[in-house]
Amino acid sequence: MNHLPLIIKREYFTKVKNKSFIVMTFLSPLIMIALIAVVAYLSQLNNDKHRTISVLDETGYLEDVFQDTENTNYTNLNGLSLEDAIVLVKEKEDYGLLYVSKANSLDDIEGHVKFYSEDSPSLSIISGIEQRIEKRLKEKKLELDGVSMAQIEASQTNIDIAQESFDGQKSSKIDNVVKLAFGGAAGYLLFMFIIIYGNMIMRSVIEEKTSRIIEVIISSVKPIQLMMGKIIGTSLAGITQFIIWVILGGVLMFIVSAIFGIDLAQVQSPQQEMVNQAMQAGDPQVMAENLITAISNLPLLNLIIAFLFFFIGGYLLYSSLYAAIGAAVDNETDTQQFMLPILMPLMLAVYVGVFTVIEDPHGTVSTVFSFIPLTSPVVMLMRIPFGVPLWQQGLSLLLLIGTFVFAVWFAAKIYRVGILMYGKKPTYKELFKWLKY
Amino acid sequence: MNDLLVANSVSKSYGNFKALNEVSIAVPKGSIFGLLGPNGAGKTTLIRIINQITMPDDGNVMLDGQPLTAEHVRDIGYLPEERGLYKSMKVGEQCLYLAQLKGLSKSEAKTRLKYWFDKLEIGDWWNKKIQELSKGQAQKIQFIVTVLHQPKLLIFDEPFSGFDPINANLIKDEILQLRDEGATVIFSTHRMESVEELCDHIALIHQSNKVLDGKLNDIKRQYKTNTFEIGLESLDKEKVFSEIQAKFEVLPATFKNLNDDIKLNIKTNEQTSPNDLLSFLTSKAQVNHFVEVIPSASDIFIQTVKNN
Repeated sequence: MNHLPLIIKREYFTKVKNKSFIVMTFLSPLIMIALIAVVAYLSQLNNDKHRTISVLDETGYLEDVFQDTENTNYTNLNGLSLEDAIVLVKEKEDYGLLYVSKANSLDDIEGHVKFYSEDSPSLSIISGIEQRIEKRLKEKKLELDGVSMAQIEASQTNIDIAQESFDGQKSSKIDNVVKLAFGGAAGYLLFMFIIIYGNMIMRSVIEEKTSRIIEVIISSVKPIQLMMGKIIGTSLAGITQFIIWVILGGVLMFIVSAIFGIDLAQVQSPQQEMVNQAMQAGDPQVMAENLITAISNLPLLNLIIAFLFFFIGGYLLYSSLYAAIGAAVDNETDTQQFMLPILMPLMLAVYVGVFTVIEDPHGTVSTVFSFIPLTSPVVMLMRIPFGVPLWQQGLSLLLLIGTFVFAVWFAAKIYRVGILMYGKKPTYKELFKWLKY
Repeated sequence: MNDLLVANSVSKSYGNFKALNEVSIAVPKGSIFGLLGPNGAGKTTLIRIINQITMPDDGNVMLDGQPLTAEHVRDIGYLPEERGLYKSMKVGEQCLYLAQLKGLSKSEAKTRLKYWFDKLEIGDWWNKKIQELSKGQAQKIQFIVTVLHQPKLLIFDEPFSGFDPINANLIKDEILQLRDEGATVIFSTHRMESVEELCDHIALIHQSNKVLDGKLNDIKRQYKTNTFEIGLESLDKEKVFSEIQAKFEVLPATFKNLNDDIKLNIKTNEQTSPNDLLSFLTSKAQVNHFVEVIPSASDIFIQTVKNN
């Protein structure tokens, strides 16, 4: 008798009809959007702040260095003494006073620059001022050596390396960014999915144990059927929740930006900064074209198929382990000691993905970790946009499936013994013994 | 084949602990079979093996002459001692789900559930959640779910725990009715008075071994000690008493009697028939109480466990 569809149906509808699940499904995107809106609003607020910086330059070298910008005005206090300048700046409640005392020569000047302010100034302002002074001094020094301003300006070059693979496929820097974005999103999605819904599976196994219904169920169905039904049912509920999140999040994002006029896309995340750098404020139309070619350059079909397989394989592998943990313990507080061995490889996969795949997608570390079954789903998903030979993908998938089958066998063993064990928190040694029952 | 269920020298070990040691039982069709034993004797392990929850290390179990297969879950209804239901699921949904797991179609399950809900007068619970019911009420649901698919073999592990006497009687009557309709029942309990009331066969498991098994009446016959409770009326109590003592082994009596006369237990040997004893007594005094002492299930249980 195949009860799998029945079990999946029950698991799915119990999850979906659960009140806290419904609340989470509809509240989470609201909270997320609200959070983004608040951050966007606050960073705008911060940018709008207007400040005045007074400059007292006794050397005369730094004339014209400080031009007013949108948010910062510079006032020249030349001629005043330092004491008077400080009093004046305090009175005006300026942001601060940049003071360059008299130096004998250009080489001498570096020890003579000081910044006075009420509170410690922001790092970006200080480094901005430093950069300007350095640039000016460099130019002055070059002029002293007989290089004219025109020559200095003429020496500036801007290089944008055109990339082309051996088989003639053109690409640009933006390609890499797009690849990273796709790979990173896929890997991160899998990671989140495993953590959220793996836990849900574990809790539902524990619930069956604590409500003591398990023996009734187990006298009707095989433990492995129950376990697989749980995993699949919960995953379907998870996918439902995810789709609602994406749709609701998109709609809300649109509404919020329309109503409040906050450009949510302007919230700067590290990735976006990278995109910006890669784009380097070029012609927007060219950039858009580049973006489209970059996306179409991706091995899209491969990406989608591999995503499906690695996502499902990786998720099932981890969820069967979560189910085994749920079966081994009586309550959630006891799960901690068994969670660590699951979370470790998962975290490792994400770190390897973030730090080594970005640096060198086909390096030894990335390649090895994209074969090890517990890390391969995340790492391989991040590598694939950069082009991974099919035999590697196949081998990795084969290893993953092999491990999955083993994990299900292992989990089912723990499960069938564990679900009928009450009262005692098992040790690893006991778990090992259960395998032989 | 008169036995519905036969277990042939079933053994099961957990690590170094032997939970069952070559236990064989035969449960006759249409009987109520008491599976008895002290705590931790191995009853639950045996029941779980019959339900295919655990596999035996050695030996086999036959149901209706066939070795157990996955198909047989339809033929068995099991009410475990550790029982419960999904707390946040509605009663009706839950019953339908569990019934379908036992192989009933949804519509069939609905019809039968309606019958049972009407019979036990709990129709208005259908849309309640289990957590809104009391423990005894949940037990009723559990009982219905166990018997709903009309299995050939019913296994009840402590079915009356959690019931008040009225509901316990109700369930007892249902069990008897199911038996009369042709079901075979394995009944595991520590309440000896219900064994006395219900079981016609028993098996006693002690420290992983079966130590006793057979028809309850046969076993009682084996265990009887030819002892009689006697109440006598006489004017000369001392004389009668010493005359009896000269002829028979006399034990102190514990039974209750209306008359404040001679009360004693007499143990005879195999050669003396009850009639011999009675005619001897009637020649000495007025007999107002004459009962053969039959060992209760509880006595047998305690005696067997102590001797092993």
